[in-house]
Amino acid sequence: METQNIEVDILVIGGGTAGPMAAIKAKQKNPALKVLLLEKANVKRSGAISMGMDGLNNAVIPGYATPEQYVREITVANDGIVNQKTLFAYAENSYAMIEELDSWGVRFEKDENGDYAVKKVHHMGTYVLPMPEGHDIKKVLYRKLKQARVDITNRLVATRVLTGADGRAAGALAFDCRTGVYTVICAKAVILCTGAAGRLGLPASGYLFGTYENPTNAGDGYSMAYHAGAELSGIECFQINPLIKDYNGPACAYVTGPMGGYTANARGERFIESDYWSGQMMQEFYQELAGGKGPVFLKLNHLAEETVANIETILHGNERPSRGRFHQGRGTDYRTDMVEMHISEIGLCSGHSASGVWVNERAETTVPGLYAAGDLACVPHNYMLGAFVYGRLAGESAADYCAATEFAAIDAQQVEAERQRIFAPLTRGQGLSPAQVEFKLRRLVNDYLQPPKVARRMEIGLRRFEDIRADLQKMAVSNPHELMRAAEVGFILDCAEMAARASLFRTESRWGLYHYRQDYPERNEADWQAHVQVKKDRNGNMQVFKRALEPYLVELEETEKRVYRQLRIQPRQTNSSGEHHGV
Amino acid sequence: MAFNHTDFPVKVNLDACIADKGCTVCIDVCPLDVLAIDLATGKAGMKYDECWYCLPCEKDCPTQAITVDIPYLLR
Repeated sequence: METQNIEVDILVIGGGTAGPMAAIKAKQKNPALKVLLLEKANVKRSGAISMGMDGLNNAVIPGYATPEQYVREITVANDGIVNQKTLFAYAENSYAMIEELDSWGVRFEKDENGDYAVKKVHHMGTYVLPMPEGHDIKKVLYRKLKQARVDITNRLVATRVLTGADGRAAGALAFDCRTGVYTVICAKAVILCTGAAGRLGLPASGYLFGTYENPTNAGDGYSMAYHAGAELSGIECFQINPLIKDYNGPACAYVTGPMGGYTANARGERFIESDYWSGQMMQEFYQELAGGKGPVFLKLNHLAEETVANIETILHGNERPSRGRFHQGRGTDYRTDMVEMHISEIGLCSGHSASGVWVNERAETTVPGLYAAGDLACVPHNYMLGAFVYGRLAGESAADYCAATEFAAIDAQQVEAERQRIFAPLTRGQGLSPAQVEFKLRRLVNDYLQPPKVARRMEIGLRRFEDIRADLQKMAVSNPHELMRAAEVGFILDCAEMAARASLFRTESRWGLYHYRQDYPERNEADWQAHVQVKKDRNGNMQVFKRALEPYLVELEETEKRVYRQLRIQPRQTNSSGEHHGV
Repeated sequence: MAFNHTDFPVKVNLDACIADKGCTVCIDVCPLDVLAIDLATGKAGMKYDECWYCLPCEKDCPTQAITVDIPYLLR
C-alpha cells in the first residue's frame, strides 16, 4: 500500500466544531506555524453540527449569570465530580467566544434592544441562548479556516497517535477512506477533536447508523488517546438521552421549554421540574416508565398556533432537520399530538455528560504534546460552546508548546506495526464483515452495559468483548471505505471495554441513571468523591484507578448540593375529587 | 442490518443529477461517505446503507436532485 508522509507543526484531528476553532486559534496565535486540519469526512459538513445548531446550551452572559454561578450549577448537575478549574476556564471564556462568533457572522437570538435573549432551561440558572438561524454555522467556520490559511485534508481516517521515545505525541497515522493511501503525519503537537463515542450502544431500531450523535463519531479519539497512554476520566458516567422514539434525535425541550413545551407522562402531566439533561433527570424518566405512567412525551399541543409554527421552523430547519419528515411520516402534528420519546442507548460524550479524555484548564492531556477539545474532552456538560472555547484553548496552548519543542523522532516500528494492523482486513479475502461484528458488539453493549448496571452482567460483558476482540482478526473487507468501518469497530470495542471496567470500578451509584448500580444503589461520598481514570499501563493492560478531586474553587451550599436530586415534582394537595396529582 | 436487498433512503432523480457532468457536491459533503458515482449511469447514488438522514446532500445539491427519506427501520 502506498505511503504518504506529511510534516506539520500542529495536527488537529477532527474538523467538526472544536477542531476548526483549534486550528484557527493556533494559526492566529502564530501565523508562521504549519497547521493541518485532518477530517474523516469533509470539513464543510462534518461533525455534530453538520446541519447547524439551534442554540447555545451553556452561555455564561453578564447580567444573566456569572462564571461562579455556572461552575456551581455544573458541579451540582454532575454530582460533584468535576475539576472546577476546567469549568472555570470554560465559563470565563464563554462570553468572549459568543461575541467573537457573533462578529464572524453566527446569528444568535437578540431582544429588541439588541441584547442576547437568554432563556432558562437549567434547574438553577439561565444559560440557553437560542440560535433560530444557526443552520449556517459550518459555513462561517469554513470561511474563517480559509482566511486563517489552515491546511485541510478530508477523508483521512486517523487510527493511532504516534508517540516519541519519551512518550510525547509525535504525530498520527491515518489512511484515506477512498484511495487507501497510508499517511504518516509528523507533528510537534496533536489536538484530538474527534467528537463523542456515538456508536457504542445499539439503537432500539436495530439500525447501526440511527444514533443521536453523528455516527461517524465512533469513539476514534477515545481509543487513540488511550493507546497513546493518556488518562481518560468519567467513562462510567454514560451519555443516555431522552430522545424521539425510533428517530433517536432530540425532541427538543431546550428549544421548546422556553416557549412553554415540556416533558410529560402519558397523562400529559409534568413529572420533572427541569428538562435540562442530567443523569438525575434520566432517572426520573426511567422511574416514570417503571411506575406505569409511560410512555414519556414532549408536550407542545397546548401551545398557540404561532408558537408551534415557530417551533417547527426552528426544529425542522436546524441541527436535525429531518425530524420534520419523520413526524410527517408518522402523522404526528405538534398541534394535536404529543411526541413519543424513549431512553436512548448508551454513548460516551462529555458535551452532554462527563466521559472523556482527561484535560486540564489548558486543554492538555496527560501526554505531553497531546491536547483534546470538544465532546471527547472531559469538561462536563460543555456542549457546542465548550467545544469552541476548549478548541481555542487547545489551539493556543499547542501553539505555545510548539515554540519550545522540536519534532520527536518517528518510530519506524510503530509506523509499520500500525500498517500491518490497519490494512489486514483488506488482505484476508474471506471473513466477517465489519457491519456484522459491529452489530453484535453493540448488541452486547446493550445487553451488558445499559443501566441499571450490575457487576455480574458487566463481567460477562467483558468476556464477550474479548471474544469480539478475537473476531477483529477475522474481519475482511474489499475496499478502503469498508476498511474505515473495520477500524471503527476497534474504536467501539475499546470504548466498550473502558465503559465496563470504569463502571465496575465505581462501586456506588451516582449521576442518576448514568451510573445506577443495582448492587450498590447508594451514593457513597466517603469513598467515591473522586474521579475514576482509565489508562493503558506499560504492559498494555487497561488500568483503572482513582484520581482525587482538586479542591473546589467555589464551595457549594448544603442546600444547593441536593437540588438536582430533587427534580421530581412533589405530590400536591388532594383535590375535590380525591385524586392525587403529581406522583 | 443489510445483508440483503435494502431500501436506500437517499433517492436521486437521475434526470436532474449532473454528476455525469462533473458535479460531486453530494458525494463530497456526506459525513458518512455513503454516496458514490454509479459507474453504470454516471449519476450519484447511495452505495452503503449507512445514512444518518442528516440532509447535507439534499440541501447542497445544486439541482435539487436528491430526496432523503427516513430509513425504513425508523420510519
